Amino acid sequence: MTVLEIVAPGPLCTVQDLGRPGWAHLGVGASGAADQRAHRLANRLVGNPAECATLECTFGGLRVRFLTAAYIALAGAECPLSADGARVGHQQPAAVAAGTVLAIGAPRTGLRTYLAVRGGVEGPVVMGSRSTDLLSGLGPPPLVAGDRLAAGGYPGTELPTAMAPPVPPDESPITIWPGPRHHWFSPAGHDALVAAPYEVLGTSNRIGTRLSGAGLERTVLDELPSEGIVNGAVQVPTDGQPLILLADHGVTGGYPVIAVVDPGDLGRVAQARPGEQLRFRWRR
Amino acid sequence: MRLLPCGPTAVMVEVDDTDQAAQLAAHLRAAALAGVVDLVPAARTVLVSCSMAADLAAVESAVASFVPGSEIERSGILVEVPTVYDGDDLGSVADTIGCSVGEVVELHSSTVYDAAFCGFVPGFAYLTGLPRPLLLPRRQNPRPRVPGGSVAIAAGFTGVYPTTSPGGWHLLGRATVAMWDSSRPRPSFIEPGDRVRFVPVAG
Repeated sequence: MTVLEIVAPGPLCTVQDLGRPGWAHLGVGASGAADQRAHRLANRLVGNPAECATLECTFGGLRVRFLTAAYIALAGAECPLSADGARVGHQQPAAVAAGTVLAIGAPRTGLRTYLAVRGGVEGPVVMGSRSTDLLSGLGPPPLVAGDRLAAGGYPGTELPTAMAPPVPPDESPITIWPGPRHHWFSPAGHDALVAAPYEVLGTSNRIGTRLSGAGLERTVLDELPSEGIVNGAVQVPTDGQPLILLADHGVTGGYPVIAVVDPGDLGRVAQARPGEQLRFRWRR
Repeated sequence: MRLLPCGPTAVMVEVDDTDQAAQLAAHLRAAALAGVVDLVPAARTVLVSCSMAADLAAVESAVASFVPGSEIERSGILVEVPTVYDGDDLGSVADTIGCSVGEVVELHSSTVYDAAFCGFVPGFAYLTGLPRPLLLPRRQNPRPRVPGGSVAIAAGFTGVYPTTSPGGWHLLGRATVAMWDSSRPRPSFIEPGDRVRFVPVAG
């Protein structure tokens, strides 16, 4: 058993796992790690199954004291790291001694960094998940200084011997599929979405990535009765500026969804930080 | 009925009205298709999310076998919601429809409703079947704070606010049971497909 203490949570640090899919019909969103690929990689590096909870650290700033020795790894947005002289690197599993304080600086690129601890972060399980859902309030509240967390013991798996090689940044456009209300927009609107980049706004959060760019013109102006929303839905409110719904989105919404981000590209959307430009391409 | 695209692993089915969406959702639930992760009925649609693109073919054929107007395959549960009828809008609702407060309570509590879908927050069920006089639009000025447990009507639905939240429905009373409790085996007091009756109790 490992015990860690939050010295400083940074702008936002929450416990996340693969979320709680399967309850949307009761009004419960999936939540879970916003960048599932990075969450899975961090877990894999310490020999955890993907279901183990990690800490999702938003824009660095997290400082953690390990009260017992631990085996850890970080993945996602790469941050400057220091650990009282221990050799801790990005995507490199490391053993840290009892008493070590791990300090995570601000990422140079990307937004969300996942800290995995061998055995998985413990915490109350709500509807099959330890994830914090900031919209519905399910799961534990965001971490604050002084919080103590346990991590499980031997997860029943061997430690992997292979490291995760660095991957060059993927700057290709984000792939989008037509959404349920694609036909509510003009051909000019369909073209505008892929013609020029959109800038990520500072009001973005785990519920959605808000964008600023070409307005998307509607041809059907009906009121939309609320309907189900999938992860990665590109929703267009009345001002015509799209937003992409992420892990903590509500299960239904009343604005038309013009497109859906390909699940394989959703992690890149979750890692896009305010000021960054996102480009899109249609997949039909 | 119309299939609308929703990315590589989901499909949305648009139907004529809320009852049909509830019926279709019940039909698809009963089909218990492998690979279906979430099945979300709403006001006029049912969203079906799958784990893989390959799961969608079976969903589409199950949708094709649905006969609109068929009897809802219910969960078989009649849920009773004990309710203290002392809501802030009881008087104004009575005035609007031209009857007494007692008659509003009688109208609302003598009907068995259908839980069509949930949404908004965990455990908020949209119930259909309101008696005609109670079909009122939303309040002109939504309240910034509606107390959790409030029993309310608007826009053709009745429902219970599980938690304190903003809201624009007319408040008739308060339920004395929690609409949502994650620690219960059935966390949502009302699930889609349930039948629901409000039972007046003393405050």
